[in-house]
Amino acid sequence: MFEIFGIPSNALFGQLLIGLINGSFYALLSLGLAVIFGMLNIINFSHGAQYMLGAFVAYLILQYSGLGYWPALVIAPIVVGISGVIVERLFLQWLYKLDHLYGLLLTFGLALIIEGIARNFFGSAGLPYTVPESLRGGQNLGFMFLPNYRAWVIVASLTICFGTWFVIERTRLGAYLRAATENPTLVRAFGINVPRMITLTYGFGVALAAVAGVMAAPIYNVSPQMGSELIIVVFAVVVIGGMGSILGAIVTGFGLGVIEGLTKVFFPEASNTVIFVIMAIVLLVRPAGLFGRRA
Amino acid sequence: MRKTLGLAALAAILACGTANAQQINVKIGVLSDMSSLYADIGGPGSVAAAKMAIADYTKDHPNVKVELVSGDHQNKPDVGTNIANQWFDVDKVDMIIDVPNSGVALAVSQVAANKNGIFIVSGAAASTLTGEKCNANTVHWTYDTWMLANGTGKAMVKTGGDTCSSSPPTTRSVTRSRPTLRRWSRRTAARCSARSVPLNTNDFSSFLLQAQSSKAKVIGLANAGGDTINSIKQAAEFGIVKGGQSLAGLLVFSSDVNALGLQTAQGLALTETWYWDANDTNRAWTKRWQTERAAANKYPTMIHAGVYAGILHYLKAREAIGAGAADGKTVVAKMKSIPTDDTLFGKGAVRADGRVTHPAYLFEVKKPEESKYPGDFYKLRATIPADEAFRPLNEGKCPLVSG
Repeated sequence: MFEIFGIPSNALFGQLLIGLINGSFYALLSLGLAVIFGMLNIINFSHGAQYMLGAFVAYLILQYSGLGYWPALVIAPIVVGISGVIVERLFLQWLYKLDHLYGLLLTFGLALIIEGIARNFFGSAGLPYTVPESLRGGQNLGFMFLPNYRAWVIVASLTICFGTWFVIERTRLGAYLRAATENPTLVRAFGINVPRMITLTYGFGVALAAVAGVMAAPIYNVSPQMGSELIIVVFAVVVIGGMGSILGAIVTGFGLGVIEGLTKVFFPEASNTVIFVIMAIVLLVRPAGLFGRRA
Repeated sequence: MRKTLGLAALAAILACGTANAQQINVKIGVLSDMSSLYADIGGPGSVAAAKMAIADYTKDHPNVKVELVSGDHQNKPDVGTNIANQWFDVDKVDMIIDVPNSGVALAVSQVAANKNGIFIVSGAAASTLTGEKCNANTVHWTYDTWMLANGTGKAMVKTGGDTCSSSPPTTRSVTRSRPTLRRWSRRTAARCSARSVPLNTNDFSSFLLQAQSSKAKVIGLANAGGDTINSIKQAAEFGIVKGGQSLAGLLVFSSDVNALGLQTAQGLALTETWYWDANDTNRAWTKRWQTERAAANKYPTMIHAGVYAGILHYLKAREAIGAGAADGKTVVAKMKSIPTDDTLFGKGAVRADGRVTHPAYLFEVKKPEESKYPGDFYKLRATIPADEAFRPLNEGKCPLVSG
């Protein structure tokens, strides 16, 4: 065993892997944000609340119908995605032509309302949710103990992230979407229902948040404030990656998870701030973000 | 004989007459976290407990009239200080109670001292409130960091934990962590290693992994609320308890155990001063509390019980002083001179430094199969008598204690 900066290599590898796992959550959440911002030009501040809703719906499904983690992983994103579609139809569609600020304020208000309602009915302490039977236990990798559930989170998150990236950047559907963002009038002239596509895109972005919420439920505390605690970091990730850049959101999500993990080894006190320090530096050097295009 | 009885009756009537004439009006303010992470351990539940205490006291003492107000400090010391100032100055509140979050409580304690008001702490943990930062206007009920570390630490050593590694200490405010750990290591005479972790961390796996590789027998969690829940949940995931290490929570409330579920929390050792299911009196009180709080599936925490007991003792002392104005220092001095006695905490005393002493209990979280009904969380492992549960009077460095 060798040492790197006085830290045993074993411990370091363990922390790198842990960082990657946390990065999976950052990537999943920032991906949804990037999709919504890139396609709708809405800064979706209720993303954290929708992530929380995903976890809560999973809990409610378990309580009232006895269905466990796997069905919840499918049902909860659909339910929350539909709620997103309703929000888009009722409120957001009127705001596209206005300044970003209005969308931000509306979604921020929605987030506060959703959190308030959840707190009113479920309290602030949290709700129990356990790891599914099939993913209990873990593997001893020699340098660390890797719980099976965490391994699943990495695999699932990577698959979803790169699947989404592929659909938007490499398929015909994605091309329509991107074209609709650039010039909606022209795309409509080709006979494509742009408003419906935008609505479904928002629903999809929200569903991504809910997927992250369900995946977080067995390992994080399921409480009304779980989203607001995470969302600030996720916004920093999106800003560093470049607003609206899908690949940027994925790469910085995983990358910052790893950097945060390393900070926890070398200087734990700074682990909550390191992402914001990076954000400040990136904004000074590249105001459009690492992967962003200059407007 | 008949004559004596008649005289006694006459005396009783006369006594009632004078008592009625001595109308006492007080105003109590419950200052708590109403809408954020401590809203379940204090918050609206504390207001419910306060209402019950007032109803119980005024039923037997109709000459005491109590008005109740409540406020949300949002876990911000500046907001808490503003409300406290306004209550003492403008709204003429006589006594402020509860205040979870040590940072806010220390600030409010200072306001109470400056305005010569009264502050009874139930929700906050910092033992400095009756230590270096004590004052003649503050009384600390329910629990503190010294007592938690002492109770849990000692017991862990008894059950074989001779080495310890405390995983995430930094908590609500700096006042909590370091003295707690120092205390723990001293009380247990064990080797401890400590890791500081920022407040409101979502993922503890990194620190847990370090604690796991340290091979410490006991991993102490010097954090609170959501942070504790996250760390215990993730410790279970990493197989820490299964691997032979045990977890000790320095500050765990029954609401946290409820949030974790027994499957995850089983075996956890923790110290509390009041548990809803400990005896019939507590169970009856809980039933009333649930009605008052309009929440049949919630269970009161020791903080709620502390608010109830604190208000009863305050009203007792206030009435003993009699009608007319009574400033904060006088009432607190009276509270210290009469022993405490209530149905929830039993007999105890308010010490010169403001610390209320009563027994503490070491609990262990039950296994899922041992739990018979909802809310059946703990089994009692040890009772720590009142004189051993809290920091000795002369060790707190409180300026009010001479010598």
